[in-house]
Amino acid sequence: MFKAIDDKGIKALVSIKVDGNSYDVTGGETVASAMLQLGFNNLRNTPVKGKARSAFCMMGVCFDCLVVVDGLSDQQACMTAVQEGMDIKRQKGSAELFSLSDISREVIK
Amino acid sequence: MNEQYDIVIIGAGPAGMAAAKLCGSTGASTLLLDEQSGPGGQIYRGIENPAIVDPNILGSDYYKGTELAEGLRQASIDYRPGAKVWQVSSDNATDKEVSFSEGGIVHIVSAKRIIIATGAQERPFPLPGWTLSGVMNAGAAQILLKTSAIAAENAVFIGSGPLLYLIVRQYLLAGVPIKAVIDTNPLSNYLRAAPYLINGLSEYKTLVKGQRWIKEIKKSGVPFINGVKELRLSGSESVESVEYTTGGEWNKLDTDNVFLHQGVVPSVNLTMSMRCTHKWCNTQLCWCVVTDAWCETDIAGVFVAGDGATIVGAIAAEHLGTIAALGALHQLGLLDEVGRDSQAESHRKVLLKGFGFRKFLDRLFQPPRQFRIPKYGDTVVCRCEEVTAGKIREIIKLGCTNPNQMKAFSRCGMGPCQGRFCGLTVSEMISQELELPVQKVGYYRIRRPVKPVLLGELGRFKIKELEPVKIGDHCGEILK
Ligand SMILES: Cc1cc2nc3c(=O)[nH]c(=O)nc-3n(C[C@H](O)[C@@H](O)[C@H](O)COP(=O)(O)OP(=O)(O)OC[C@H]3O[C@@H](n4cnc5c(N)ncnc54)[C@H](O)[C@@H]3O)c2cc1C
Ligand code: FES
Repeated sequence: MFKAIDDKGIKALVSIKVDGNSYDVTGGETVASAMLQLGFNNLRNTPVKGKARSAFCMMGVCFDCLVVVDGLSDQQACMTAVQEGMDIKRQKGSAELFSLSDISREVIK
Repeated sequence: MNEQYDIVIIGAGPAGMAAAKLCGSTGASTLLLDEQSGPGGQIYRGIENPAIVDPNILGSDYYKGTELAEGLRQASIDYRPGAKVWQVSSDNATDKEVSFSEGGIVHIVSAKRIIIATGAQERPFPLPGWTLSGVMNAGAAQILLKTSAIAAENAVFIGSGPLLYLIVRQYLLAGVPIKAVIDTNPLSNYLRAAPYLINGLSEYKTLVKGQRWIKEIKKSGVPFINGVKELRLSGSESVESVEYTTGGEWNKLDTDNVFLHQGVVPSVNLTMSMRCTHKWCNTQLCWCVVTDAWCETDIAGVFVAGDGATIVGAIAAEHLGTIAALGALHQLGLLDEVGRDSQAESHRKVLLKGFGFRKFLDRLFQPPRQFRIPKYGDTVVCRCEEVTAGKIREIIKLGCTNPNQMKAFSRCGMGPCQGRFCGLTVSEMISQELELPVQKVGYYRIRRPVKPVLLGELGRFKIKELEPVKIGDHCGEILK
């Protein structure tokens, strides 16, 4: 498990949800680094064989860290900064397709 | 931000930062884009906001990035962090178009010259079990150290090369217990590199430093295991153990974390998607972008500098970034030939010295074949589509002669990483099975966009009227 190597000083905490449970994590972390510190070994299951996966490269090139962030699937946990109130879900299988209403909502914005 | 720039630079590592600083000083309108939240690239990642308090842990080489980042902040350029470039079209000979997403909004700008400084990624290490949770690249462990000051205790580090030893040393200095280091560098590499030692002597200080690191690791009491022929990672969901053979016998180490590393290779997806010419390098064993003395590719006006073209290391990347900028500025009429050549001279001198050393390093740490080409059929090669080495060999036997056919038959390379973690293995496997040079086998035909763009992002599409980003804003962003 990943743990802090030294006292990080006083840093603002943000509260996030992972799979429905609330946690306080350090602001400025990525979703991947926050989840690793919370002890989540698996970030998703693969679409083909349902195998568990976690972050592998931490630099945005392997796409093994895909999670659902605020309802949007296929988000790279290692490239996404945690935000107050963020709702994260581990991704099961392939990305959930956008419903038509989602798309029109995005376009109208 | 404008709609049009003289120069657009992609990547804010040492190469991109050096290029940006020079371009800004000449009055060329310059835009620097990087998908990270701050400048630094890989080596100096998080340099403006180091998460680690004790500067000894990452070492003085890391903090050299401070000066570069400060130079960048003072330069009169537009710098946009958090900008993910997914397409560069160079179809039009004079103006090129760069498409990127930023905060969920798509932007398109045009540029007279493009400098690509997108750096390297770690080489695939296709071992049995390398897809298990808890197995990561060693560079990933280092990113977590640099940006979050977190580490995993009792991990096993596996592989070879200066970066691996550097990261192990950083873990030791941070006081993190390490289970073992399994060094996969074969003895034969020392013989292969020996004739080039004379070139290496030009950088004897670096050579001595490397030797000191290895000595320190060995002296620390962490088991340092050499002469490994085979490796296997096991576990049900997460990794539970590492098995390896030395002298024909299998040994086992229990661990929850394995960090892999066997060198870095240029990130070529963007330049491949633009159809720049690439060449297989028989020493570095990867695709390199073909460039001229000013880092210009065979697409006029497109320059590639730093580890994104050929692995040169951070110091050389910085000098090459400057040389690419000199080349581009001259083409734009902002610098005459004499000025360009004289300014480049001192940089070329440093590069010449460094390249001699690189020749030596490339041979000393060339990853051995058994860890590049999987022996067992059930080893996963394509992590995204879960295609195994066995399946790939089967398709080659059926007559497949190139990676694109392989993609069509097996979906290998079709997943979201777009071949970044299977492409080298597939090209080398076809080459080995058919006894053809890798250059002849070729690579996947990489398509745009090179990073996924969400439907929603395309809906929010903007070309003009962008809010200018003020220098200093980004630090606030990071702290948020
Ligand atoms: C994980 C990792 C860790 C490393 N750590 C070290 C180290 O500690 N010491 C060392 O000597 N060498 C290290 N290296 C080697 C590294 O390649 C350095 O030599 C050096 O950082 C290369 O400089 P560069 O400017 O060529 O590219 P980089 O420093 O890699 O910079 C490239 C930049 O381009 C950005 N980028 C890439 N693609 C896109 C895109 N499509 N859109 C927007 N931005 C993009 C990246 O975010 C990155 O900031 C590391 C390499 C890796 C992969
Ligand atoms: S861990 Fe590789 S893309 Fe996020």
